[in-house]
Amino acid sequence: MLKDQDRIFTNLYGNQGWELEAAKTRGDWDGTKDLISKGRDWICEEIKSSGLRGRGGAGFSTGLKWSFMPKEPTGRPHYLVVNADEGEPGTCKDRDMMRNEPHKLVEGCLLAGAGMGANVAYIYIRGEFYREAEHLQAAIDQAYESGLIGKNACGSGFDFDVYLHRGAGAYICGEEMALIESLEGKKGQPRLKPPFPAAMGLYGCPTTVNNVETIAVVPTILRRGASWFSALGRENNTGTKVFCISGHVNNPCNVEEEMSIPLRELIERHAGGVLGGWENLKAIIPGGSSVPMLPKAICDNVLMDYDSLREQQSGLGTAAVIVMDKSTDLIAAIARLSKFYKHESCGQCTPCREGTGWMWRVMERLVTGDAEINEIDSLLEVTKQIEGHTICALGDAAAWPIQGLMRHFRNEVEERILSKHKVTPAAA
Amino acid sequence: MTETAQLDSFEFNKDTLMEANKIIARYPEGRQASAVMPLLDLAQRQNGGWLPRAAMDHVADILGMPKIRVYEVATFYTMYNLQPVGEHVVQVCTTTPCALRGAEKVLDMIKTELGVEPGGTSSDGKFTLLEVECLGACVNAPMIQIDDDYYEDLDEFSTKTVLDSFKKGEKPAPGPQNGRMGSEPKGRPKVLTENIER
Repeated sequence: MLKDQDRIFTNLYGNQGWELEAAKTRGDWDGTKDLISKGRDWICEEIKSSGLRGRGGAGFSTGLKWSFMPKEPTGRPHYLVVNADEGEPGTCKDRDMMRNEPHKLVEGCLLAGAGMGANVAYIYIRGEFYREAEHLQAAIDQAYESGLIGKNACGSGFDFDVYLHRGAGAYICGEEMALIESLEGKKGQPRLKPPFPAAMGLYGCPTTVNNVETIAVVPTILRRGASWFSALGRENNTGTKVFCISGHVNNPCNVEEEMSIPLRELIERHAGGVLGGWENLKAIIPGGSSVPMLPKAICDNVLMDYDSLREQQSGLGTAAVIVMDKSTDLIAAIARLSKFYKHESCGQCTPCREGTGWMWRVMERLVTGDAEINEIDSLLEVTKQIEGHTICALGDAAAWPIQGLMRHFRNEVEERILSKHKVTPAAA
Repeated sequence: MTETAQLDSFEFNKDTLMEANKIIARYPEGRQASAVMPLLDLAQRQNGGWLPRAAMDHVADILGMPKIRVYEVATFYTMYNLQPVGEHVVQVCTTTPCALRGAEKVLDMIKTELGVEPGGTSSDGKFTLLEVECLGACVNAPMIQIDDDYYEDLDEFSTKTVLDSFKKGEKPAPGPQNGRMGSEPKGRPKVLTENIER
């Protein structure tokens, strides 16, 4: 188990205060000026060699992403945009960081800004997180008042502003290009890439969009060193990670653990095990609603990291572990996710706008068994027609849960249809 | 956009206008349109929880935006209520992680208690009930949002207790309703037990 001394978020649960004074006793804002004075290249290299990969779902190398920003001033502002539009079903980690550790995020913005040559950060927080936004805004105000950010931040000679922007209810704004559009005051409809944000992002200026957790771990990595972070986890899957364990477990919780912890150990050690015991497990969605589910046989041994889960045709995503025991109607569980994606599609691309509704309607009939066996294949065919054929990844995210269900539990779907067929002729 | 209820005119009051100007100052010169979402939220709060077209027009005037651009935003995001709502807005999450832990029972209890279906407002005008998608508190499922606060770790009984308090004009303490403080596992802490100072 990860030792407490290696945990970054020592106030994840809010046992202590979130304000500046309490944050400082946890080590926040310690020697920030010295870290900035080591320079942009040092910060960026240190993050690269720590192995930190984006914590929002895609898992791209953070340091490498930062290095795409223009090396020299362009005469335009350069922006850091923090994606705090947490809304992937199963995921509730950024919320804890913002309400209980807001100073880690504010300090992270400053250091990340110094590491990519940005002078302004916008934090886009989902509108429903009203109380979390209150803490974060107060932390930003405290940091300004203490000279930690703003002109000559921490006395470093580096100017840096941080602004909070509240969303208003749209899952799609967690997609980086939709988020940028929304931040510009428009509907949250994703833009085509390229151009990528590092070339043309917010207001047409160079921009990097990072997840809350990605930014909030930066100060600790820089203080303790890339080698400390990269010694945790496995090669290419380094560091610590906050996992959200929900669904059919005895003690649902968030917990920061070492990357690559076995899924079973994670659940049994921290969440009190599966309801009714491990043998009562049916399936787990390991990385938030968008990634395909895994049956118990794979869950027995799989490691919780990017590469291990990808090998199993799933993904780490946001590391939101949704546990489903043997009492679960898996078809209904996935149908509910299909309804979610139908609701959240922005409507811009035809395959997603039409396809999410179509898939949801078929899934609803599969729940009752009111379908023909060959409709399973046509449903899978439609998921393939959506996947990869839309501007953003929401189409993929809507397709994958259904593919996961059919990959591992197609027999259950078929059985339900067949048993319905047996009943219907008699009733007719 | 519904035409069932509208106001003839709407203007920010002094306090809201001050707040609005503070928000506008967060964005670069010429990019005031960025403030449209927070300003619509301010308008909705001033107007008792819903956003009439007159308020959208007012925001458009302040920000120098074409009205249609403001309508687009107001109709795209779910947090803008385009019709009048009750004194309290009760939002019930029923997405899969909440559903796995009994969101349906919580929703049924609220429907019975308030005598409305999702989308409806109770006859006394006190509560509007909405069924919503994931609110991002999944390890404290099932959960609901009432106005700006989350009520978490609910069952039918605690849901009724929370509603009863609101009915009496009180505001119960938000957060988990089963004794948890936040997202920690219930029971004796397993992690963060050492007193760490760096």
